[in-house]
Amino acid sequence: MEHNPLLEVTDLRTRFHIAEGTVYAVNGVSFRAGEGETLAVVGESGCGKSVTMMSVMRLIPIPPGEIASGQALFRQRDLFKITENEMEHVRGKEMAMIFQDPMTALNPVLTIGRQIGEALRVHLGMNDQQAQDRATDLLAQVGIPDPARRLTEYPHQFSGGMRQRAMIAMSLACAPSLLIADEPTTALDVTIQAQIIELVKRLRDELGMAIIWITHDLGVVAGLAERVNVMYSGFIVEEAVVDDIYENPLHPYTLALLEALPRVDRRRDRRLHSIPGAPPNLLVAPHGCPFAPRCERVIERCKVENPTLELVAPHHKIACWVDVTTGKPR
Amino acid sequence: MTRYIIRRLLQAIPLLFIISVILFVLMQNMGDPLATMGGRTVTKSADRERLARQLGLDKPMYIQYLYWLIGNDWTKADLDGDGVPETPGTRKGVLRGDFGTSLLNRGVPVTKVIGDRLPNTLLLMLTAELVIIVGSMLIGIYSALNQYSTADNVITTATFFLYSLPIFFFALVVMYIFAVNFKRWGLPYLPTVGMFDPQVGKTPAQVAWHMVLPVATLSFVYFAAYSRYIRSTMLEAMGKDYIRTAKAKGLPRPEIVYIHGLKNAALPIVTVVALDLPFLLGGALVTERIFAWPGTGRLFLDHLARNDTAVVMGLLMMVAVAVVLFQIIADVLYAWLDPRIRYK
Amino acid sequence: METTAEKPNGIVQLALDELETPPLSLGQLTWRRFRRHRMAIFGGVSLILIFLYSFGGALFISEAEANFTDTGNRLQAPSREHPMGTDTIGRDIMARTIYGGQISILIGITAMIVEVLLGVTIGSMAGFFGGKLDSLLMRMTEAIIVIPQIFLLLVMAKFFGGSVPNITILGRTFSGSVVIIIVIIGITSWPYLARIVRAEFLSLKENEFVLAARATGTSKREIIFRHILPNSMAPIIVAATLGVANAIAAEAYISFLGLGVRPPTATWGNMMESAYNYVESAWWLWLFPGFLISMTVLSINFLGDGLRDALDPHSRAA
Repeated sequence: MEHNPLLEVTDLRTRFHIAEGTVYAVNGVSFRAGEGETLAVVGESGCGKSVTMMSVMRLIPIPPGEIASGQALFRQRDLFKITENEMEHVRGKEMAMIFQDPMTALNPVLTIGRQIGEALRVHLGMNDQQAQDRATDLLAQVGIPDPARRLTEYPHQFSGGMRQRAMIAMSLACAPSLLIADEPTTALDVTIQAQIIELVKRLRDELGMAIIWITHDLGVVAGLAERVNVMYSGFIVEEAVVDDIYENPLHPYTLALLEALPRVDRRRDRRLHSIPGAPPNLLVAPHGCPFAPRCERVIERCKVENPTLELVAPHHKIACWVDVTTGKPR
Repeated sequence: MTRYIIRRLLQAIPLLFIISVILFVLMQNMGDPLATMGGRTVTKSADRERLARQLGLDKPMYIQYLYWLIGNDWTKADLDGDGVPETPGTRKGVLRGDFGTSLLNRGVPVTKVIGDRLPNTLLLMLTAELVIIVGSMLIGIYSALNQYSTADNVITTATFFLYSLPIFFFALVVMYIFAVNFKRWGLPYLPTVGMFDPQVGKTPAQVAWHMVLPVATLSFVYFAAYSRYIRSTMLEAMGKDYIRTAKAKGLPRPEIVYIHGLKNAALPIVTVVALDLPFLLGGALVTERIFAWPGTGRLFLDHLARNDTAVVMGLLMMVAVAVVLFQIIADVLYAWLDPRIRYK
Repeated sequence: METTAEKPNGIVQLALDELETPPLSLGQLTWRRFRRHRMAIFGGVSLILIFLYSFGGALFISEAEANFTDTGNRLQAPSREHPMGTDTIGRDIMARTIYGGQISILIGITAMIVEVLLGVTIGSMAGFFGGKLDSLLMRMTEAIIVIPQIFLLLVMAKFFGGSVPNITILGRTFSGSVVIIIVIIGITSWPYLARIVRAEFLSLKENEFVLAARATGTSKREIIFRHILPNSMAPIIVAATLGVANAIAAEAYISFLGLGVRPPTATWGNMMESAYNYVESAWWLWLFPGFLISMTVLSINFLGDGLRDALDPHSRAA
């Protein structure tokens, strides 16, 4: 259960300066991921989960983006303090990222083989032949039949699920220690989704790599993650071991998310539960608890003071002034 | 693919026929070519009638078109005016490669007249095209990578400006600066007439030096237009998701820009370049006139002025064929370069 | 590629979308919008100025002055008496640019009208009816487009030559060639517009409001003119605007080559005819008319670009 620390992010704040004002996308996020650990980051669209990880990878375009503060220690090295050149050596080699839509994330005019081989050439210094051979192995590893021929094909010749497998192969080419997966199954059929998740689990076990899996789907998290971070409006609001999230959620937002999941074992004539209100306006600097406007258990203190993330049970942190079991202030 | 090409070529044929008919009809009323055939003196009326019969100009228009198309060596013409056709014709017709003979250059086959001048124009056009492609790529990519910088804004305004200048104005301005004033200021100046200095002879250096201003004149409009277009396609390509992926893989910036970005951005440009190329022939008209360049543009203007139907028709058909051909080339090239089309 | 920042309903989404597009700081975005706007305004203002010059200038200088030849005074450099100098037969160039401008602008606008009438009619019929009519019309269109416009113009100018006699309106005499030039420019330009209109009709035809109109028994003519056409005005307006620039330039080209507007009428283009023979000796011969042509075309291009942005923000304009 205990993992050696691999990535440790402290107080990350990321903003975007656009015509309408400043978007406060990430507002003081701290978390860690250990070697070989699988961490899920859950939240609705716009909660900052993607931006957090893209900030860590330094993929945010710097104007208009700005990493206002924070530290991202990867193996004790602060990624925000190294040069872009040094960062290029980290990306793809020690940290890899896969994205949501494999059709647009792959370059349509380059062969799959070439796109997989690039990282091998650049980071591991392989020549063309070596890169092609290794790429063939990788495609086989991710379960693509007839890999040698597939190498010469283009993304549009692959099916959706196969494209995502190819993307996974691409990201694992240099055996990174950390794989960040940004909603990789959201755009896929449910059946394909399951296959991809199984594939990732198998690879994780084979390679011993850490995974940060971003998703808005709590259902996906259950079979995959060891720990879960729940995010809302640029903050982490709950952090727990996966079982605790499902069995003992302590933040009103997490509770609401779980309530909103349609379940087969509930009465059919019950209305689907949804969270009242609208997602927060990120153009406004955060003041007080961001969930306060929509929270069923809100008290006065919530509106003026933003709760900090605190340990309330073993391996279980929440950012809330209220005890959800009793309804009284903590 | 080959079947596609053949199909397009076959489709082009009726189009070319229609064009040739339209042009032929237009050319008929251009004026009397026989009026000044012999040069300055007006031809005598008896000679004129004989010439008319010899050239088939006394026949109705559709017959003339027919002869133009398939020749008249399969029939006899009445040359001595007695009403009895007795002399077999000598023309083979366009379909067999015979475009007739020039009226201005008496008796010289049109194909030779054009053929003598064509290489000079091609030299200008191809050099211009090279300058256009290389120049606009450099400017366009630079602009795209430095969007909204001062340099980019200056370039955008400048390209707009250049794009709006008529070719002849540009030519006069550059002539004035680089030829006239440079000479006045004692700087090495550029020549403005012809392909080479007759006293020095037709050396490559001479030709190259004489080419500078005409090539600049021929290319600046497209240079401006393509710079903007390339900037636009590069911006679009660089904004795509696959660039983010490439960056996430830790690829170095030049590889991201030129291989991932440019390869995508260049696709639509190839089509545009291929389609526009034959239209440089139009620009050559004005350019060659101003710089006295001995090419087909000047040929067209000279022979049009003197009502030399055969040569003018030959040139027009040449242009039409070039445009149609390049349309097919553009399509094929695009289909071949874009893997999404090549591998269906 | 230029994303116009519409008011978002999900600001969050906008912010996240902005991440993926090329960097746009607040200052850069504002500058960009201002600049485009500014170019269009610049274009509009300078067109007004040019218009005032050509038509307003006539109030101060009579046409007789423009045609007054004074060979003793030929090829004079700009002076107080002749601010733009005199030409090869002693005529005042400034006066000629004023009256020449009137003709050039007139030709530009009228040729555009011809182009639009022909182009919209043919394009809409081809796009709406489809089938054999479409094929036939498109063949014609293709046949004209395949030959570069300038070749056709030159041949037709020669063909029609001096077939229209001089016209006298309101005491002023115009060369008949003006009419010819207008017609041939219009005839050779309509295919470009027809293609655009046809494309619009092809796509709009499939829309539901057309289906609804047909279901209620609306006549075909009404569908074309009252339903589809008003919805395709944006590209037509842009093309028409740019068409004026093209027509002015086209007239300039063929007049420069000697086959355009004939005496006694002056245009900016024919003022530059043979000016290249005087590059060294008399720069004022070509600089002023050439500058006026360039500025007019440039201003129209700016205006057209701004119009395109305003009317159709989704189009790809660099």
